[in-house]
Amino acid sequence: MIMPLLSVRNLTVQFRVDSGWVTAVDDVSLDVGEGDCVGIVGESGSGKSVTALSILQLHQRATTRIPSGTITYQGQDLLRERGSTMRRIRGSEIAMIFQDPMSSLNPVLTIADQISETLRQHQGLTGVAARKRVVELLGLVRIPDATRRADDYPHRLSGGMRQRVMIAMAIACKPRLLIADEPTTALDVTIQAQILELLRDLRKELKMSVMLISHDLGVIAEFAQSVIVMYAGRVVEEAPVAQLFRRPVHPYTVGLIAAVPKLDSDAPRLATIAGRIPGPQEIIVGCRFSPRCALVQPRCRDEPPLMQPVSDGQSARCPPRILVLGERHG
Amino acid sequence: MTDTGLGSLTTVHAIAAPRGYGAWRRLLRHRSFVIGSSIILLLTLAAVLAPLISPVDPSAMRVRFRFRPPSQAFWFGTDMFGRDVFTRVLYGARVSLFVGFAVCVVSGLCSAILGVIAAQFRRLDGAIMRLMDALMSFPAILLALGIAAALGPRVSSVIIALTVAYIPAGVRIVRAAALTVREMDFVQAAQVSGASSLRIVLRHILPNCLSPLLVHLTFIFAYAMLAEAALSFLGVGIQPPIASWGNIIAEGRDYATEAWWVMLFPGIAISLAALSLNLLGDALGDMLDPRLKGGE
Repeated sequence: MIMPLLSVRNLTVQFRVDSGWVTAVDDVSLDVGEGDCVGIVGESGSGKSVTALSILQLHQRATTRIPSGTITYQGQDLLRERGSTMRRIRGSEIAMIFQDPMSSLNPVLTIADQISETLRQHQGLTGVAARKRVVELLGLVRIPDATRRADDYPHRLSGGMRQRVMIAMAIACKPRLLIADEPTTALDVTIQAQILELLRDLRKELKMSVMLISHDLGVIAEFAQSVIVMYAGRVVEEAPVAQLFRRPVHPYTVGLIAAVPKLDSDAPRLATIAGRIPGPQEIIVGCRFSPRCALVQPRCRDEPPLMQPVSDGQSARCPPRILVLGERHG
Repeated sequence: MTDTGLGSLTTVHAIAAPRGYGAWRRLLRHRSFVIGSSIILLLTLAAVLAPLISPVDPSAMRVRFRFRPPSQAFWFGTDMFGRDVFTRVLYGARVSLFVGFAVCVVSGLCSAILGVIAAQFRRLDGAIMRLMDALMSFPAILLALGIAAALGPRVSSVIIALTVAYIPAGVRIVRAAALTVREMDFVQAAQVSGASSLRIVLRHILPNCLSPLLVHLTFIFAYAMLAEAALSFLGVGIQPPIASWGNIIAEGRDYATEAWWVMLFPGIAISLAALSLNLLGDALGDMLDPRLKGGE
C-alpha cells in the first residue's frame, strides 16, 4: 500500500472551558492520498474545522490539548513539530483557505503585498521577481487585469474576487495539500460554481491534493472523490462519493441526503432530521446520533459503535444497520 | 470589471499612482482637515521662519519701550522688559510645537510597542497594564509636574514627563485595537501561510491598530502643548529667558491688568494650535473609521 500524503489517526482534540475539558474531535482518522480530493461534510460544530486546524496546529496552545492521535504528513508526525518546521510546512506544503474572504485579507495591505508575503517567506522572492509572480498568480486564479488589480486594497474587490486572491495566496508556493474550509459558503451561487471550477482546474494543474470542508452536500458531490461524514466530533461514515449518494449507510447520512431539497419533489415540507446536534459538553455514552435516530436499538445507547467496513472503500459507524444491509445483500 | 480596452498608458498610470491616492483626495475634501492642517502648517512655518519674520532678538530688552500696547512698531506690544511679544510668540511656537511633537512621537512609539506586546504576549499583559493603571491613577498634569520637578527644569525633562503621563491612554487604545485585530481571519491566514509571530505583529496587527492611535496622538499633541504651557506657567517647565507660550503668559500674569496684550497673544496662539489639532484629529477619526470608509 502506498503511503498517503496525509494520514490522521485516532485524533482527539479537546478545548478548555470553565468546567474542564470538552472533546471537540473524537477519535478521527482519515487519509488524503496524493492528488486526492477528500470532502468532509457535517453540520456546524461537528468538528470539521477543528480537525483541519489541528493539521496545521493553529489552535491556541494554552486552551487546547490533543490527548491522543497522530497526524502524519509524508512520514513526518506533525504533532511533534514546533516553530520553524511548522512554519515551513504551513504555506509551502499545506495551505489553507477560509470561509469568509471578506475578513481573510488584511485591509491595510495591497493584494500584491499580501501575496508577496508568502513568496518572501518560503521562496525568498522580493521586488520585481515577486511582483512578476504575483501577477502570474492573479492570472492563474483568473482575476481580470491582474497588473492593475495587484495594487488594489482588498476593500475594492468583491467577495468572489477576494476568495480568488485567497486562493492565489494559498497556491503561491505550490503546496501539495490545500485545505479549503467552506470556501464557497459566503459566496452567492454563481460565484460558488466559478470558485469550485477554479479549484478543480488548479488541482489538476498543480497536482495537489485537496481537503474540502463543507456543510453543503451539493458542493461535496460536485467536487470530492471520497467523502467523510462527521457528526458531533466523530466520523460516522466514509465512502467514495458516488457510493455515498447511491447507498448511504449511516442513518445520519441517510437523513442528510434526504434533507437536500429536490427540484422535482412535490412534498409540501422539506425533510429534516428530528432533534438537534448534541453540545460538546453533553455526555452520550453510546452512539452520539442515537437520540435522533429512527432506527435506534437498545445497544446503541450502551456502547459507542465502532467504524466497520461495509464494502469496498465504504465504512460506517453503525453496526445494526451494517448487519441489516449485509443480510439483505448477502 | 470595466477595464476592457484600457490602454497600457492607463495601466502604467495606475501602477505608478501613489498608494492611498483616493484617501488623500477624500482628506482634502474634508473641511476640518483642511482648516486644521492649514493652521498647524502656518504655525509651524512661523516657528521655523521666526528669524526671518521678525529680525529682532526675542530676549533683547529695551527698557525704554516697556509695556507698549500693540502698535505698528510692536504688533503684539511689549512686555515688562520691553521685549517684543510678537517675536517672543514666534520663538515660543518653536518650543511649544517641538515639545508637542516630541511628546506625540515618543509616547506614540512607546504606546504602540507596549500595547501590541500586551495584546500579543498574554503573560506580560498583566504586568504592563497594571503599571499603566498605576500611572493613570495620578492626574496627568500632576504626574508630569512631579516628574518635571524631579528631573529639573529643562526642555528634555518636560518631554519625558509629558510622555510618561500620556503613555497609559495610548497603550490602552493600542492594546484594545490589537486584541480585536489578532482574532481576525487574516491573522490566521498569515499564520497559515507560515509567517512568524514577529512578522504577524509588525505586518498585520500593528498597522491595523494605528488609526485609532493616530487620532489619539493629534489630541495628545494638543494636550502636550497645553500641559507644557501649564508646566512653564507653574515654573517647572521651560525657563526664562527662553520663550515658550506658557512662560510668556506666566511672566505676563503679574501685569495682566495694565498690559493685557502680554498674556492675550500667546493665549490665542495656544488656543489656535489646540483647536487646529483637534480639528485635525476629528477629521482623521472620520477618515480612518472603517465604518465610514465606503467602497471608494
